[in-house]
Amino acid sequence: MRLPEKICAMEDAIAQIRDGDTVMVGGFGVPGTPMTLIRALVAHGARDLTLVKNDANEPGMGIDHLLQSGQVARLITTHLGLNSHAIGLMNSGRIAVEFNAQGILAERIRAGGSGLGAVLSDIGLGTELAEGKQVVQVAGQDYLVEPALRAGIALIHAERADPFGNLTYAATARNFNPLMAMAADQVIVEVEEIVPLGALPPEAVHTPGVFVDQVVPLGTLSGEYAVVRR
Amino acid sequence: MSDAKTRMLRRAAREITPGMVVNLGIGLPTQVVNHLAPDLPVCLHTENGLTGIGPTLPPERADRNLIDAGGAYVSEVPGSAFFDSATSFAMVRAGRLDLTMLGAFEVSETGDLANWKIPGKFSPGVGGGIELAQKARRVVVLSTHTDRAGNPKLLTACTLPLTARNRVARVFTDMAVVDVEPGGFVLTELAEGVSVAEVSEATGAPLRLPDTALPRF
Repeated sequence: MRLPEKICAMEDAIAQIRDGDTVMVGGFGVPGTPMTLIRALVAHGARDLTLVKNDANEPGMGIDHLLQSGQVARLITTHLGLNSHAIGLMNSGRIAVEFNAQGILAERIRAGGSGLGAVLSDIGLGTELAEGKQVVQVAGQDYLVEPALRAGIALIHAERADPFGNLTYAATARNFNPLMAMAADQVIVEVEEIVPLGALPPEAVHTPGVFVDQVVPLGTLSGEYAVVRR
Repeated sequence: MSDAKTRMLRRAAREITPGMVVNLGIGLPTQVVNHLAPDLPVCLHTENGLTGIGPTLPPERADRNLIDAGGAYVSEVPGSAFFDSATSFAMVRAGRLDLTMLGAFEVSETGDLANWKIPGKFSPGVGGGIELAQKARRVVVLSTHTDRAGNPKLLTACTLPLTARNRVARVFTDMAVVDVEPGGFVLTELAEGVSVAEVSEATGAPLRLPDTALPRF
């Protein structure tokens, strides 16, 4: 038995993104941010997007290119502190921003990727983050209902993949990638190195290929992936 | 770095004892790592997915994939582990952090913490701050005693949006160590060259004194 192969050209993978789509984007800072898929989405031009990403990278980096090109209507995130440009867009009302506690965003995505409807948590109870959220009681304790999150598309960065889409991530480039890779209808992965089927030890696979739809080889990495000199 | 700041960081570092799992918040708390004994058996956690944080590295020696939650390039130590963001916050919410040390805009005498939003001025999002403040077993604050305009940060009640209620146990500042007790703030240590009167003047809530002499740091 041989596993199916999912290697795909970047343009073909990105072409399925439509105006108004919700797009999850992996990464926490530079590590794990799919810089090349983001550039391809800028070139593709789909508009009115809802992005789900931990942070907005920094000005001139990562998803800031999608903010600058005006393709983003809404951003579901946890922290914009390193991107003054994103904060400016939020403050002037040009993008809508929904802030989540970081681990709650992770759990909402994990729930969406696991076929669940919501998670219950006491994080933020009694603070303004709880405003407008449904409260339920379980075993005498109050919990906020945090609805599961899914997306039409996930853009993922992995260090290695085999052609079936089994993935491994490097160091802290893992972050939201394996969660988002479970939570979208179409999961597009850019990969630094494609290895043959069987080359990844099964015990070492971080994301099983069943979750992955398209594998895009990166070739030589652009400077956007390099160490940032601040 | 000023002497007062160095002394504050060095004093705060003594809060970290052998065997602890610790998350140092972005900003001032992260700098405490430079004042830990190199052989101290302690596990530092960063919410972007690493336990076992090693020294910060200059750009020429950095690994492009290895940062802390503040974006600084860090290193591994023998026994480090990498994990995803859900696992990282499972550690936090399940009470696996013995200690978190956080920055603050305001701390109330009941241990409320405000450190993520100044309406109209500063609202970049809360990141992992609420979960750290709400779920670490012990929460301490490391901050200047007053803001840049000289206004007290230790108050009877916070005026800014809260990060968490009743969670701060101790505050380390450039002037003093202040514990949050059931009856309010208790001054427990004084920085070199600082008087009780000066600390009281810079504090926006009653400050009780212990019966014993105040140690200096």
